[in-house]
Amino acid sequence: MTQDNDHASREERGESKTGGLKLPYYPGCTLKTTARNLEDSALAVADALGIELVELPRWNCCGVVASLTDDDLMRHMGPVRNFIRVQEMNSTGLVEDELRLVALCSMCFNTLKQTNKRMHERPKDLKSINDLMYREEDYRGEVEVVHFLEILREIEPERIAGLVSDPLEGLKVAPYYGCTLLRPKGIGIDDPERPTAQDDLIRLLGATVVDNPRKTVCCGSYQTDDNKDAVANLAYDILTHARAAGADVVTTFCPLCAFNLDNRQRVVMERHPDFEPMPVLYLTQLMALAFGFGEEACRFDLNYTDPREVLEASRLVREGS
Amino acid sequence: MAEKTVITSADREFHERIVALSGQALTMCDQCGTCTASCPMINEMDVMPSQLMRMVQLGDAGVLETKTMWLCASCFACTVRCPRGLDLSKVAEALRQVTLRKAIDRIDIRQIPAEEFEELPQIALVGALRKLTG
Repeated sequence: MTQDNDHASREERGESKTGGLKLPYYPGCTLKTTARNLEDSALAVADALGIELVELPRWNCCGVVASLTDDDLMRHMGPVRNFIRVQEMNSTGLVEDELRLVALCSMCFNTLKQTNKRMHERPKDLKSINDLMYREEDYRGEVEVVHFLEILREIEPERIAGLVSDPLEGLKVAPYYGCTLLRPKGIGIDDPERPTAQDDLIRLLGATVVDNPRKTVCCGSYQTDDNKDAVANLAYDILTHARAAGADVVTTFCPLCAFNLDNRQRVVMERHPDFEPMPVLYLTQLMALAFGFGEEACRFDLNYTDPREVLEASRLVREGS
Repeated sequence: MAEKTVITSADREFHERIVALSGQALTMCDQCGTCTASCPMINEMDVMPSQLMRMVQLGDAGVLETKTMWLCASCFACTVRCPRGLDLSKVAEALRQVTLRKAIDRIDIRQIPAEEFEELPQIALVGALRKLTG
């Protein structure tokens, strides 16, 4: 079954795209630790929209970065094992006839999808992995890896707008896309040069979108471990362009972009004393705020650059909340 | 006066190894420089991405001594823009693998200060271990 046919069959069955969805969900390691603000806010938003994200039982690390050499099959095993869990969720009734696997972390999304693409394109590789993991059931190649943003885009805009109890009026938001949501071709979910997937949602929340010409430039990714200065330079470049465009806050979906753009501002400030800190939020945190959720869902306390001052200035968060 | 470039059998072998590992037809690169213009890490590099491609085309194993191949974080900016449809991210990965498969690591995770280690997201650590250690 191809991915497109899978979509079609769901629509033919007349299933609602907007509510009562129960989807297999892959959290990945970082959402359980430094990016709890992404998971907590996204699960609250999903719940409000009638989407149940059912965590994969016994999920394992995706590997974070896709293996790019032709002969390195070993590193595709982790993702494939997660796809087998999705099959098991269907056979055990945790979900019904639902082979879409939702990722919230953009890096997990990219890595899982790159493996899945390779398994589709090279049946011999899939057979090798299945043969090697003989204690597992075979992966049948039917799982479709999707990002949560794609699920949000499928929902009628009126439905999202209808849940906005506290419109983010006056807030200027610069969406940042980075790499893993957009590239390479065949993996990305939007135009790699002119993405708009976050923009439409930001407008539905009542906020204003400002265009950052650096919205698709890499933040330096894992180079942050041993090349902190280079990452700080990229963060400075990306954030000063957002500031110049008039942004109050920057949004992302990637916990590594969030860390590099947010935490590394400390290094930026050492070098550029005139740099004004810029809050970096997960888009789902802004959605949770606009939907009227409190701190238990918004989790602004976990952002390095506290966004509450900026949000209070825009009278979006009551003081002391 | 222009010097004649001599490609030895060792050069040819190195070139073929990178073609096999990356799956890229390296001779397709016509040195337009779009990759270099697209690279966010360019300020940190010792040779430009397009120069790295030229070195690999000629089978120059000296490319393995460059910082450039380690600085590529596989952001695929050059990949989506290459007019020849080449994937430089895969070439950089192949070059890293040649070194990493000799059990020569680029980073020692133990050198990361403890306070930094506590803050870094797992994806930063696992990503670096995957890309920079064998």
